[in-house]
Amino acid sequence: MKWRAAAGFALGAVVLFGVAPAVLSDFRLSLLAKYLCFALVAVGIGLAWGRGGLLTLGQGVFFGLGGYAMAMHLKLADAGEGNLPDFMELYGQLDALPWWWRPFANPVFALAATVLLPMLVALALGTLIFRRRVRGAYFAILSQALAAAMVILLIGQQGTTGGTNGLTDIEGFFGYDLDDPVNQRMVYFIIAACLLGLLALVRQLMHSRYGELLVAVRDSEERVRFLGYNPATVKLVAYVAAAGMAGLAGALFVPAVGIISPALIGIVPSIEFVIGVAIGGRATLLGPVLGAVAVAYAKTTLSERFPGAWIYLQGALFVIVIAVLPGGLASLARLLRRQPHGRLEHP
Amino acid sequence: MTVVASQLFTGISIGAVLLLIALGLALTFGQMGVINMAHGEFIMAGAYTTFVLQSAITDAGVSLLVAIPVAFAVAGAMGVLLEFLLIRRLYARPLDTLLVTWGVSLLLQQLARDIFGAPNVQTRAPEVLTGNTRIAGDLTMANNRLFILGLVVLAVAALTVALRLTSFGRRIRAVVQNRDLAAVSGVPTARIDRLTFFIGSGLAGIAGVALTLLGPIGPTMGTNIIIDAFLVVVVGGIGHLRGSVIVAFVLGVLQSSVEYLTTLSVAKVAVFVAIVAFLQWRPQGAFTLRTRSLA
Amino acid sequence: MDGLSIRDLRVVFDGFVAVGGVDLDVSPGDVRFLIGPNGAGKTTLVDAVTGLVKASGSVRFGERELLGTEVHRIARLGVGRTFQTAAVFENLTVLQNLDIAAGTGRGAWTMIRRRRGIPENVQEALETIGLTGQLDQAAGTLAHGQKQWLEIGMLLVQDAKLLLLDEPVAGMSHDERDATGELIGKVSRDRTVVVIEHDMDFLRRFAQTVTVLHAGRVLSEGTVAQVQADPKVQEVYMGTKEA
Repeated sequence: MKWRAAAGFALGAVVLFGVAPAVLSDFRLSLLAKYLCFALVAVGIGLAWGRGGLLTLGQGVFFGLGGYAMAMHLKLADAGEGNLPDFMELYGQLDALPWWWRPFANPVFALAATVLLPMLVALALGTLIFRRRVRGAYFAILSQALAAAMVILLIGQQGTTGGTNGLTDIEGFFGYDLDDPVNQRMVYFIIAACLLGLLALVRQLMHSRYGELLVAVRDSEERVRFLGYNPATVKLVAYVAAAGMAGLAGALFVPAVGIISPALIGIVPSIEFVIGVAIGGRATLLGPVLGAVAVAYAKTTLSERFPGAWIYLQGALFVIVIAVLPGGLASLARLLRRQPHGRLEHP
Repeated sequence: MTVVASQLFTGISIGAVLLLIALGLALTFGQMGVINMAHGEFIMAGAYTTFVLQSAITDAGVSLLVAIPVAFAVAGAMGVLLEFLLIRRLYARPLDTLLVTWGVSLLLQQLARDIFGAPNVQTRAPEVLTGNTRIAGDLTMANNRLFILGLVVLAVAALTVALRLTSFGRRIRAVVQNRDLAAVSGVPTARIDRLTFFIGSGLAGIAGVALTLLGPIGPTMGTNIIIDAFLVVVVGGIGHLRGSVIVAFVLGVLQSSVEYLTTLSVAKVAVFVAIVAFLQWRPQGAFTLRTRSLA
Repeated sequence: MDGLSIRDLRVVFDGFVAVGGVDLDVSPGDVRFLIGPNGAGKTTLVDAVTGLVKASGSVRFGERELLGTEVHRIARLGVGRTFQTAAVFENLTVLQNLDIAAGTGRGAWTMIRRRRGIPENVQEALETIGLTGQLDQAAGTLAHGQKQWLEIGMLLVQDAKLLLLDEPVAGMSHDERDATGELIGKVSRDRTVVVIEHDMDFLRRFAQTVTVLHAGRVLSEGTVAQVQADPKVQEVYMGTKEA
């Protein structure tokens, strides 16, 4: 089992670091970088939803927190010491930088915030919600409402957040010019490395005693409580971890795509993160990654030429995959191999 | 004083529409544990029904009155179809139902775009509903909001009477309280489920008619309001319609008054924070049926 | 070993009095059977002791007051229970079930690593409940009786000192009942056990003491023979058929 995992990671590394950069054009590679960011979010959802039963419909919030934290720093760096970011100059409502923008000028603070800020928000919300045993559909609705509230908040504060447009035209990435294809490649490699690293981390978590306990909480929260565990803590760990991954994904998305905006983090994108996970296989390690990349690829390819058809397809995927194949394509593969494993994986 | 009163009234009329939508959700969620994300598209269906009827019947007043029962039937029929084709196969998997119905909602939105076009359309309000009515002193209230309030009061009264006094209402309540017991007592639960879906979705259709009086209608009009309606159900608790009624009005008033004092975005965040705080105090919602089943 | 001491326990659901002032003492090492007709408040009493429902009065296990304590903290004090319908983690293996039950004291570092080998107490429990051969079998695929034993095994590794067993032999075959009874006898040597049970034959064979509940109150208490001879019990519960 161990050598198979090692072989899998080696294969993944070869594909991501060797094959993809060799065969894909710069443009395609930067698209793949974007898809891999979505895959990062998906890994976290796989952990929280697939293993923990926490259907989080608001991962966009954490993706956005990470993205905005990164974008704020890059905008400040682009503007240069003492200057306002371009959009603030444009709207002209402000004479000085708002106080909550200032710390993001510091690269260390901004980088830490991309992951820690989402984790803190998840910790606060999760503590309040799980402690009071709000769960299931109630949790899903609340997480979605959070996404709705966050988007409206961002749009409402146009002078300081860029409103509907978001933070755009990001040019530099810690001193590197993002227009230069070489630097775009570097961003891709960073993202690919983060994905592999996180996969290793999540794999360890899934196979650990904590991973078993998380499945137990998913299947029978009350029973776990009577064994002397507090299920709220168990769920909190998965939720906060997933939030951190989404935050990291958002942070990496910004240099890869050059923009972060409310349209990328609201209700609809948040639930789109979930469908990729469902298609790939919610409780597996690699299913969410492949599902997220496939959905993002299909969306780019189809929605450019047939926007209506893409939405029909997406709707149909939700209906068919979840109703007929709740284990995702991973369960199909397992069925074909007739492997009796997967107890952990089918809810 | 008049500002407070008129703000209160705006809040109440927002709460009224919210209530109509939330009641349908509370019915189906309470009875079947099903979160129907396509409920918002039933609102849209009701709104477009009004729009279509207006092109057939030129008198705006008549077409509005005709639209109410027709929208109820159209949205109700869509609900029954959804229940029959998908939801009844997924009763054991409530979270999956949520995602499946989200897919349905995407399909319905795109269908609306293909039929009616992506841009919003506007219906003509009847003359009577465009003005204001003077209540007392210089306090006036918009006629369209008064009409909506009246419509909602009527609908809720009719629903209450139906649930309390008719035999199918008693059966619905029996299924809500104890599905298994109701089933062995000879209540045809599958038929009752379908009926509940018809009524709940139909109410969303009526809400759609009401919304045509407040603004433009478009394919995604359901998405935003549906979340507020879900929050009403979450906070109101299930199994008691009373909870939805109170919470819908409280949320409506809270939102419109915070919005008046600050901005829309602050109001949305304030409402969310208030809800999470409320759940600290009453995690099962304001009103719930107590049951012993847990472990 | 500690005993259980309940004083004036009351549980009210929306005006309905499920348990109406129960006093109950179970001495350390006892095997106490709780019997009574449906609705007598047996399960509710166990629910109250384990923190599942709100109650007034006092429930002490050893020196500790249990009422007002959170469910998982009560469990950590050494109070374990089973449920009428076997509640094991069906998607996990027997070993995983037991390992989770044994793990409340583990630190974060142990939790995020894999299990290596079988912990000693888990091995002991496996032998006690006779499921050594089913180690890697998914709990959901066990026979009904085996699930109940697994639940008892989970209580053992959880290091529960007070076991509250809710109808442990319901739906079991004759042989399974005997095995369960012997298992209860074995584990009661250094633990206090409370069993809710309807089966009179099982009760006669394995109970040390019996408490009869009726309409939320204690009707009678004593040894099996004493309780059976109590005219009040014969009147409301055992009837002429059983006595």
